[in-house]
Amino acid sequence: MMMVVAFAGCGVALVLALVRAAKGPTPFDRLLAVNAIGTLVILGIALHGFIMGRPEFVDISILYAVINFIGTFAILKLFSTGGLGDRGGKARVTRETDEG
Amino acid sequence: MEMLLSWLSGISLLLGTAALIVGALGLVRLPNLFSRIHAVGMMDTAGVAFITLGMLIHEGFSLISVRLAVVGVFLFFTSPIATHAVAQVAHRSGFSPVTPVKEPRRAQKAAKNATAKKSAKKAANKAASGAPVEKAVTKKAVAKKALTDTAAGKKTVGKKTAGKMRAT
Repeated sequence: MMMVVAFAGCGVALVLALVRAAKGPTPFDRLLAVNAIGTLVILGIALHGFIMGRPEFVDISILYAVINFIGTFAILKLFSTGGLGDRGGKARVTRETDEG
Repeated sequence: MEMLLSWLSGISLLLGTAALIVGALGLVRLPNLFSRIHAVGMMDTAGVAFITLGMLIHEGFSLISVRLAVVGVFLFFTSPIATHAVAQVAHRSGFSPVTPVKEPRRAQKAAKNATAKKSAKKAANKAASGAPVEKAVTKKAVAKKALTDTAAGKKTVGKKTAGKMRAT
């Protein structure tokens, strides 16, 4: 019973986080909201497994946790350096790299 | 024993749900990027820890509960790291956690009172001009008071402009 209540609470919190992700004025607000949505989805998958009587879904939530962490850091690296590690951290092709 | 465990699990799940909803409300309602980070920290630690604990108590000791504990420990360590990284990159790219300083409400009230007093004194002066007996004395007093009032007004005005400059 309490599992269903917690699942519904996860849904409400997810909708609120979606609101912030939609109207966040800065990209960091959106990134924060997306990170929170990822955490809520992890909890929701585990709770859903327990409600439906198939707790093996916890494996999928482990996978989601790892992907969420790595994805947040990838987007942050893209924000801060302008690249993901290729081209030596430069997203824009400069004239030097074109010629050389 | 069974009863106690189910009660503990239910209470823990409820606490976790409350933390999640409070954190999400803070994420929507708070005014600043860094205060929103504070709200998300609430969700990521208390919410995740309590809900995972509730599911652990419900499940008992098995392979599933070990996996749940792995999920809980992983989230407990990684989500503060991710939040910290967000704050660090935001700070480096020019966002400041310090909000612009507003004029304190007391000073605003004082300025309002000063202007109100001035207008009241002008009215009183007009009324007093009808009675020439105490004219000289009241005039002097009113002039003095008006002088101090204008000085105070100037002071508050100066403070106001300073606050605005700081805000911009």
